[in-house]
Amino acid sequence: MSKTDVMTPRLEKLDPALRAGAAIRTPRGLALGTPARWVKRGGISKLLFLLPLLFVFGAFSWYPIVRLVLMSLQHTNLVQPATWVGFSNFSAVIHDPLFPIAVRNTAEFAGLALIFGYPIPLIAAVLMSEVRRRRGLYSALAYLPVVIPPVVAVLLWKTFYDAAPNGVFNTVIGWVGISPQPWIQAQHSALPSLVLESTWANAGATVIIYLAALTGVNRELYEAAAVDGAGLWKKVWHVTLPQIRTVMLITMILQIIGTAQVFIEPYLFTQGGPANATLTVMLLIYDYAFGNSLGGDYGKAAALSLMLVAFLAVFSLIYLRATRSWSTH
Amino acid sequence: MTFRERGRSMRLNIKEKTFIRRGAAVAAVALLAVGAGTASNAAASKAPTVTINVAALIPGSTKAAVAEFNKQIAEFEQQNPTIKVNGVQYDWTGPTFAAELAAGTLPDVFTVPFTDGRSLGEAGQLANLTSYVKQLPYYKEFNPAVIAEGIDGKGQIIAIPTAAYAQALQYNRQLFSQAGLNPNDPPKTWAQVEADAKQITQKTGKTGFSEMGANDNTAGWILTTLDYAFGGRMETGVGTKAKANFDNPQAVQALQMLKTMRWTDNDMGSNFGLSWGTSNQAFAAGQIGMFISGSDVYTNMVQADNINPSIYGLAPIPLANNKNAGVLGGGTLAAVKPTATPAQIAAAMKWITFFYMSPLVNKQQAIRNAQTLVANKQPVGVPELPVFNEKQYQVAQSWIAPFINVPLKQLAPFNSGIFKEKVIPEPEAATQAVYGDLDSVVEDVLTDPGANITSLLQQANSVGQTSITSANSGS
Repeated sequence: MSKTDVMTPRLEKLDPALRAGAAIRTPRGLALGTPARWVKRGGISKLLFLLPLLFVFGAFSWYPIVRLVLMSLQHTNLVQPATWVGFSNFSAVIHDPLFPIAVRNTAEFAGLALIFGYPIPLIAAVLMSEVRRRRGLYSALAYLPVVIPPVVAVLLWKTFYDAAPNGVFNTVIGWVGISPQPWIQAQHSALPSLVLESTWANAGATVIIYLAALTGVNRELYEAAAVDGAGLWKKVWHVTLPQIRTVMLITMILQIIGTAQVFIEPYLFTQGGPANATLTVMLLIYDYAFGNSLGGDYGKAAALSLMLVAFLAVFSLIYLRATRSWSTH
Repeated sequence: MTFRERGRSMRLNIKEKTFIRRGAAVAAVALLAVGAGTASNAAASKAPTVTINVAALIPGSTKAAVAEFNKQIAEFEQQNPTIKVNGVQYDWTGPTFAAELAAGTLPDVFTVPFTDGRSLGEAGQLANLTSYVKQLPYYKEFNPAVIAEGIDGKGQIIAIPTAAYAQALQYNRQLFSQAGLNPNDPPKTWAQVEADAKQITQKTGKTGFSEMGANDNTAGWILTTLDYAFGGRMETGVGTKAKANFDNPQAVQALQMLKTMRWTDNDMGSNFGLSWGTSNQAFAAGQIGMFISGSDVYTNMVQADNINPSIYGLAPIPLANNKNAGVLGGGTLAAVKPTATPAQIAAAMKWITFFYMSPLVNKQQAIRNAQTLVANKQPVGVPELPVFNEKQYQVAQSWIAPFINVPLKQLAPFNSGIFKEKVIPEPEAATQAVYGDLDSVVEDVLTDPGANITSLLQQANSVGQTSITSANSGS
């Protein structure tokens, strides 16, 4: 019989009265599951270790969330006293002519990023996994754009996007006979230009994730496919993709959530222009909060933020339910 | 050493003991003397030191500009030993100002444009300076229209006008010469502006005429300037009776002119997202032939863009043949945080007088200020509109005449022409919001060849009316 058996008798050996909930006492007389026992087992030191974490989360995560919810029900510019206005902020946002424009632009950005930006890291990772030599170099090159600070990257690409005929990109496309493009200077091309830069800046991280996922694919499956006469693309379609589909599903939802919150590109490239062609939901939130030099409308900014959170939460739930059967596990 | 020898060496002899006693006595006396001196010094300088943070230069200013500013602080602190001044980098932009206002992190003395002074004052965001300002010896010399920008609806003085400007036509004399135009004869009509812009682009390949198109209120600001120059007004009525008037015929005319220059003449370059700072930058880099901005932007071009002075030219904005045509004028107000203590407000008033006002009204200070600016290679004599009156302005200019280092001859068209033009204040109600509502109209015209100007202005008008109504209702 171990010391533990003495300390914590098995439930079926207990007297019925004890099983009913009377305190079980240790040989030292401390009742099991009581504060005293909790203290004895080092509960205070555990709490002390947890306190900084609780403080940081409380101060910088939970409190701001609670404050956000309260602010969404107030009319406040954080300067004059706040007044309670119920759901009128939500109503004002929905009736703002810029709201549908922002939603449409955000959906378009996310859609373009999904069509063009989602397959590229996957294709790159599959190709890199087939390469025998210098795979490390290719991985580093793929990840390099991620290392560049986003603001620096955007300012760099702003120079590249110079719409003059001798702008960098216009010069390059001129070599293959394409006429100069307006890039971010025209309403029809501004948003795709932002998607292009965003894809370049963020693809590297996803490439690394896929490369790691590909190492988990059983090589024998490829050998079996080769025996059956499968070429490269059939191996990819029938072996690689099914084996990493869990990772793909996760990266897809992360990309959708990320692109729905796009802010840096529209803010730094075009500030929502030209003519609101690149105005996104996050930029609209920013404009509500900081667009008025006399004091922002933080109530509306909070309301739109909550609407975005709610939408992404519902979307994620539906997505996870719908794709549950598709994942490997 | 034996124990006895050690003991002997450890025991001090009588001489040594006497020396130590005497030395201790001397030290004690010295300490007492120092202590007494310190106490008397403390008593003499018991007047508490007040510390104020003041708006300094914009981020990115040159080292020379920063050195000059610090010299001015040193001079002020020498004249006012009980005041400590800390310069804080400061650049008024709508978003950053709103954030700093909410966070309470503005410096104690800061500047705001004329457009925001009254509203901020009425919202209790600026300290009440009435009693302090009325004691100023030059208080009665203020131009009534200019000081009114710093008076709120209750008649309280909540800010002091420190500078006023008129919109002007900035032009590159070098590009004019290269294009075969006379740099001493800038355009006087909008038809000439269009023709000169076309010629500059054809002959030099550079932008003939640039229009600010950034989505940060500057596009709407310049469009309003053009509207005034053609004789229109973006608002009618004042106060609670203010109404948006964006779709006035003169605004249509101005936008039509821009559309022609952009899509027919193709002389507006390829970058339509320029703002105030980036326009100055591009102009200083020799990429723009003409653009519209404030008459005082040369200072920024020297401080932040390293402009070659020989290329700079300034002319009055051409005015249409319309009795209502005029030049949009604006300015800067110096204000104090409402949370400043009375001692800080008093110190802030001294700083405002020293830094902003005394060069305009005190000959010695004007000369000292000019000398410091020249020593640090900063511009002296940049054209501004009088905060007091034209006569005082000319007198102040005469004090610093020996130190003026801006190319005065190149600015002659503006200096000689501006006082003949009618200066019109910016739209009174929800000014910055109105500018913001007009931004997308300009951007649409510059980026869409099929833009329907009338429809755009009508749509913007309803948005603008909402902004004005919201501002008037205090929401």
